[in-house]
Amino acid sequence: MMNLKEIIAKLPYEKPFLFVDDLIEVTENGISGTYTFHENHDFYKGHFKNNPVTPGVILTETMAQIGLVSFGIYLMNEAGESIDGIQIALTSTEIDFFKPVFSNEKVLVKSEKDYFRFNKLKCNVEMFNAKEELVCRGKIAGMIAGKTN
Amino acid sequence: MSEKDKMIEELKLIVKPYIQDEKGFEEMHEGTDFINDLKINSANLVDVILDIEDKYDIIFDNDSMDKMLNVKAALEIINQKVSEK
Repeated sequence: MMNLKEIIAKLPYEKPFLFVDDLIEVTENGISGTYTFHENHDFYKGHFKNNPVTPGVILTETMAQIGLVSFGIYLMNEAGESIDGIQIALTSTEIDFFKPVFSNEKVLVKSEKDYFRFNKLKCNVEMFNAKEELVCRGKIAGMIAGKTN
Repeated sequence: MSEKDKMIEELKLIVKPYIQDEKGFEEMHEGTDFINDLKINSANLVDVILDIEDKYDIIFDNDSMDKMLNVKAALEIINQKVSEK
């Protein structure tokens, strides 16, 4: 079984587009992890003018990196598939937003598996702020493939 | 209505939420290709299969998934899996 640090090391992202700081727990049914939106992120300069709010697409990306990609790497490894050069394509998102997330806020993402069949992983994902308030929630799905030669 | 036509009608109800080509859907017949004629993407094809599994109480394996390209193949797989129950 992979440990949580190993999963992060296998993520196909790096700064400034890595939105996973820590993974807290992973099982065959779900995963949870955290990320803190540092104020130095470039998008705060323009979203919005003189009013830094984390864009919804970035919240969605954070939910996907923790809830779908990190989880997918774990599930592929558990299934005995090679996870070197893993490829993951986002195929659908359906997210509702409830609260804004400002710069320097830390969020917790919790993801539960809906299904993982024929390389498609679909999850119900929720994001909470440091006050444990629901920030956004929805369904995210993607296709996962090991490296093809 | 023949048994085959009845099954195609059932299949139409299943694929309806996932199709991106109305004309291909209206004219859906045995030779209809899910990806080319109905513009169902590979991710949604998985959902079509899961809905077929629920409807007919069968389980697709990887081999059946690979063959699941058109209506004719779908009907063959469904009939085969139902007869094996």
